[in-house]
Amino acid sequence: MSRSVNPVLLAGFAAVVVLAAAPLIAQTKPPAKQAQTHPPAKAAPAPAPAAKLGLGREALPEEIKAWDIAVRPDGKGLPPGKGTVKQGDEIFQAQCASCHGEFGQGNNRWPVLAGGMGSLKSDRPEKTIGSFWPDLSTVFDYVRRAMPYGNAQSLSPNELYAVTAYLLYLNDIVKDEDFELSDKNFTSVKLPNAAAFYDDDRETTEKAFWGKEPCMSNCKPEVKITGRAAVLDVTPDSKSAPKVD
Amino acid sequence: MTSPAKPDPLSRRRFLGGAALAGAGLAGTGLARAETGKPDPLITEVQDWSRYLGEGVDKRPYGTPSRFEKHVIRRDVSWLTASPESSVNFTPLHELDGIITPSGLCFERHHGGIADIEPASHRLMIHGLVEKPLVFTMEDIKRMPRQNRIYFLECAANSGMEWRGAQLNGCQFTHGMVHNVMYTGVPLKLLLAEAGVKTTAKWLLLEGADSSGMNRSLPLEKALDDVLIAFAMNGEALRPEQGYPLRAVIPGWEGNLWVKWLRRIEVGDQPWQAREETSKYTDLLADGRSRRFTFFMDAKSVVTNPSPQAPLKQKGRNVLSGLAWSGRGTIKRVDVTLDGGKNWQHARIDGPVLDKSLTRFYVDFDWAGQDLLIQSRAIDSTGYLQPTKEELRKVRGTNSIYHNNGIQTWHVKANGETENVEIG
Repeated sequence: MSRSVNPVLLAGFAAVVVLAAAPLIAQTKPPAKQAQTHPPAKAAPAPAPAAKLGLGREALPEEIKAWDIAVRPDGKGLPPGKGTVKQGDEIFQAQCASCHGEFGQGNNRWPVLAGGMGSLKSDRPEKTIGSFWPDLSTVFDYVRRAMPYGNAQSLSPNELYAVTAYLLYLNDIVKDEDFELSDKNFTSVKLPNAAAFYDDDRETTEKAFWGKEPCMSNCKPEVKITGRAAVLDVTPDSKSAPKVD
Repeated sequence: MTSPAKPDPLSRRRFLGGAALAGAGLAGTGLARAETGKPDPLITEVQDWSRYLGEGVDKRPYGTPSRFEKHVIRRDVSWLTASPESSVNFTPLHELDGIITPSGLCFERHHGGIADIEPASHRLMIHGLVEKPLVFTMEDIKRMPRQNRIYFLECAANSGMEWRGAQLNGCQFTHGMVHNVMYTGVPLKLLLAEAGVKTTAKWLLLEGADSSGMNRSLPLEKALDDVLIAFAMNGEALRPEQGYPLRAVIPGWEGNLWVKWLRRIEVGDQPWQAREETSKYTDLLADGRSRRFTFFMDAKSVVTNPSPQAPLKQKGRNVLSGLAWSGRGTIKRVDVTLDGGKNWQHARIDGPVLDKSLTRFYVDFDWAGQDLLIQSRAIDSTGYLQPTKEELRKVRGTNSIYHNNGIQTWHVKANGETENVEIG
């Protein structure tokens, strides 16, 4: 890596000097005038002072408790509480069904919460809690922070356990209306699709996309149009665009 | 004495919707009158703007674009989502040039609408596996050493509607979930150092103060590398729809991680498996299994002009323009074809070529009125070559939704009308 000094012109009058730690772009046509590079973060002179800045104040335990609402798959963050499928049914019909449907089937374009089992390889996969979601904690965490839509963070811990239990019931993961979900038994419930997730492996499985020297001329004998957007005709036009005055 | 400005009848510009282009292509916009032998009255007659006073400096304390640019706006696709508060709109890439996206045109994606937060009421908490949990005010953050960096932000679902084939007629809709601005912010590394990260820490949870409580897990390694906690974009405070007063900037990685209205960073030893990184933003492949934590945005490019919303209007000399970017580094080269990939030429890159930033390219070409099949392909500094849509489908299937960086094709017809197509 060569280090060079580039003048960067900003707004035509302020000249700022940056350290560039990356090679300039190889240009095959006329070279880009004034090609600039960020100093990559690793090589940037970190403005970290030797000592702490001493900014910010200590967070109080009550403040952390108020904001610390995340729940992890291992149960970390679960509040004490409990609720049954039956109780969850009542809460769901009153506060969730208008969007998600009585049985989690989803109204209009609102999310479908149940069903879709075995559909993930099909043309129209239905990704629901039962068919797709890997962890039950995600249901609790998300409902706790974002639902009901437009009235977030309004459900009590007991209501959250009850609604989560009802969603398990809708997805046939528990079959008993009297099933009670609590912080004690929460992590024993496993979702069906849990094992179907794996970490990003593009750099190995898509290795072929790296290091290719692409063809530049006479690359194919003929070209055919195989699909056209106008056939579908679903593009918004000026009539559906917002008015700007 | 002043006279109110009159609308100029010769400056009509109508927005060309994707499907409403017939006959619009080579309509005589801007044909020089002299060609007909008659003098151009715009030259021979004194125009109102040359005779009467214009508006004074007291009329536009915060400037807006010319009234003749009203069609240059973010647009949404109403059938995509259930409600506008949890939805997305698209940057009009075909109306822009250079590499910086104007703040008011940066695409929006919210999950619970735009949080309306007074900076004095905003707090950032850092807690979890730290020596000392801390609360920062905006004042505190603005007293810390800051950096300026230009980065693209691309939603992982950008081009997601195109997995099964050409669907939306316009690069605004196929590629408009990307923008590129200069951020000013404090390196997250510095904020974490204040709290003192424990040696067992491996992951962070970033959380927003909006009504969706947006939360995403972020590897500590990335946080200590180049993540910024930004309060400004393009030289001014963040726009409300971009997270005012404070947002995370996660260079090169999918937009969903760039938590807006950032209020809390929890330090932990494992990911949280939040809704946005499990049920969403995982890539469902053909075998029914899904990739998770697919953070990097792979190299991608698109020709913005001509494109369905910006058809060709004149034979002869024309400018083809486009954008290329990569979440893994800089853009090394962009190739363009006009004949559907039989032959390619190197595009001319102009302007700054920056790490994890949009890069502008051009091809200055002559058009004789023949059909064109236009594509661009980018190569980044890691040697990654932007794949065709077919190559991507081979390895990913068509159910992935996210991370579609395949090569886009525009068909320019003899009348200049341009359509989103796929070719074989």
